[in-house]
Amino acid sequence: MKYLILIQSNPRSLAAWDKMSDAERMDFGVGHLKLTDEMIEAGVHVASEGLADPTLAKWVSVRNGETIASDGPFAEVKEHLAGFYLIDCPSEQEAIGWAAKVPDALHTEVEVRPVLDMSGWEF
Amino acid sequence: MGVLNLDDLLRRTAPQVLAAVVRRYGDFDTSEDAVQEALLAAAQQWPAEGVPDDPRAWLIRVAARRRVELLRNETARRRREALPPDPVPDVRGDDELTLLLLCCHPALTAVSQVALTLRAVGGLSTAEIARALLVPEATVGQRISRAKRRIRESGAGFVMPAAGELGERLTGVRQVLYLIFNEGHTASEGSRLHRVELTTEAIRLTRQLRAMLPDDGEVAGLLSLMLLTDARRPARTRPDGGLVPLAEQDRTRWDRSAITEGIEIITDALQRTPVGPLQIQAAIAAVHDEAERSSDTDWAQILALYDLLNALAPGPMVTLNRVVAYAEVNGPQAGLKALEDAAADPALAGHHRVAAIRAHLLDRTGDRDRARNEYRHAARLTLSLPERRYLETRAARL
Repeated sequence: MKYLILIQSNPRSLAAWDKMSDAERMDFGVGHLKLTDEMIEAGVHVASEGLADPTLAKWVSVRNGETIASDGPFAEVKEHLAGFYLIDCPSEQEAIGWAAKVPDALHTEVEVRPVLDMSGWEF
Repeated sequence: MGVLNLDDLLRRTAPQVLAAVVRRYGDFDTSEDAVQEALLAAAQQWPAEGVPDDPRAWLIRVAARRRVELLRNETARRRREALPPDPVPDVRGDDELTLLLLCCHPALTAVSQVALTLRAVGGLSTAEIARALLVPEATVGQRISRAKRRIRESGAGFVMPAAGELGERLTGVRQVLYLIFNEGHTASEGSRLHRVELTTEAIRLTRQLRAMLPDDGEVAGLLSLMLLTDARRPARTRPDGGLVPLAEQDRTRWDRSAITEGIEIITDALQRTPVGPLQIQAAIAAVHDEAERSSDTDWAQILALYDLLNALAPGPMVTLNRVVAYAEVNGPQAGLKALEDAAADPALAGHHRVAAIRAHLLDRTGDRDRARNEYRHAARLTLSLPERRYLETRAARL
C-alpha cells in the first residue's frame, strides 16, 4: 500500500518556526534528511520532496486549446503544501509510525492519505 | 535461441544454481549476489556465444568463481582467509524447496519475503521486481539486502526445517505466493510494457512448489485458486480500466484451459488430501467458473462451501462473502439482516465492502434512494480506483 504523508505550511507552523533557535532549525532540516535515509534503508521510500515557496507557483489552465499560466491567488491562502513523503508499506499503522517521525509532527500535524491502487475484487 | 526462451531458461535455472551454491558454501548473502552476477554474465554472453551444453553447470561454475572474488574483495580489507577447496557443487532434489523456505523465513517481513522470493527463486532482476511492484529500484534493492542481512543474523541455515516445523513454514510459503499473486491484481493496469505479470509469476512459482509437493492439498488448492481467479482476468476489466463485476462479465472471454486445469487440480485434491481453507476457496471459485451464465450459478453450493470455510478458517472477509451467497439463496431482505449482524464485527467498521454489499442488496429490494447513498458511501471508502469508478457509476445509474 502506498501512503502520502503531506506536510502543510500554515500560520501555526510558521509561528513554531519563528520561535525556533538556529540550532533547532538546523536539527529540523537534518531531521528531514535523516528520515529520508531511514525510509530508504527500511525499503519503504518511494519519493519525497520539499516544495518551493507558493509565490513561485504558476496556475495552469487550458482554454480553447490555449495554455494559460498565471501567478496564483496566493495572497489570501493561509495554508499550502510544503512537502511530502510517498512511502510504500503494508499497513496504515506503519504509515502512521513513519508520519510520527516527520519533524513537523512535533509542532503541527502531518496528514497520512492512502493512495488509490488498481486492485479490484469481484462481487 | 530467442531472447524470450533464454530469459525463461535463466529464470528456471536460477533457483537450482543458487540452491546448489548456497548448499555448498552456506553463505546465502554472498552466494545470492554471485548468482545474480552469473545470470547477468549469461544474459550478456550467451546470445553472442551460444548457450553452453550444460547451462546449469556453467552458471554454477561462474557463480562459484564470482563468490570467491566477492569474498576476496571483502577479506582483502581484513585478513586473507583460507578459502575452502572448490569442487563444483551439484544439484539436489529438495534444494529448490529449501531455498523457497529460506526466502519465506518467518524472521523476514512480508515485503522482504516477496522481494527475495521473486529474485532468488523467481530469477527476476531487482529492476524487474521494482517495475512490477511499482516502487523504485533502490527500494527493492534495500528490501532484498535487508532480507539477506536478517537471514544472516537469524542464523538460519540452508537446511530443510524439521518435520514438526515444516507444516507451519509451508503455510508461510503459501501466504507469500498468494501475496505475490494479489500484488499482481493491485498493479494490474497501467503500463504493461516490459513488466513482469506478477499473477503469472505467482502461478509459475506455485506450479513449481506443487511439483515438489504433489501430495500437499493446500498447495494444490492455492494453485487451483490462482488459475480459476486468473482465468477471469480477460473479462474483469474494460479497455478503459473500469471494473466488470462477476455477474456482468462476458464469460466467453474467460480462459477455458485455465478453468479446466484449475477444476482438475481441485477435484483431485479434494478426493485425496485433507480439506483446508485454500481448497475450499478454490472450490468456490470453481463453482463460479462452471456457471455458463451468471444466473446459472449454484449459490446453494457456494453458501454451503462458505459455511465450511467459516467453520475451518473464520474471518471478517469470509463472513461478508458468506452474506453475499446467503442473500442470493434467501433473498435481499434476509441478506440485509445477515449483513447487519456481520457488520457488528469491529474489524469491519468503516469497511467499504459492507457499504457496497448493502447498496447492492438495497438496490435489489427496490430502495433506490438508500442504495444510491450507500454506493456513494462505498465509493468514498474504497482504496481501489477501478472500484471507486464502478461504485460511482452504480450510484449514478440509480
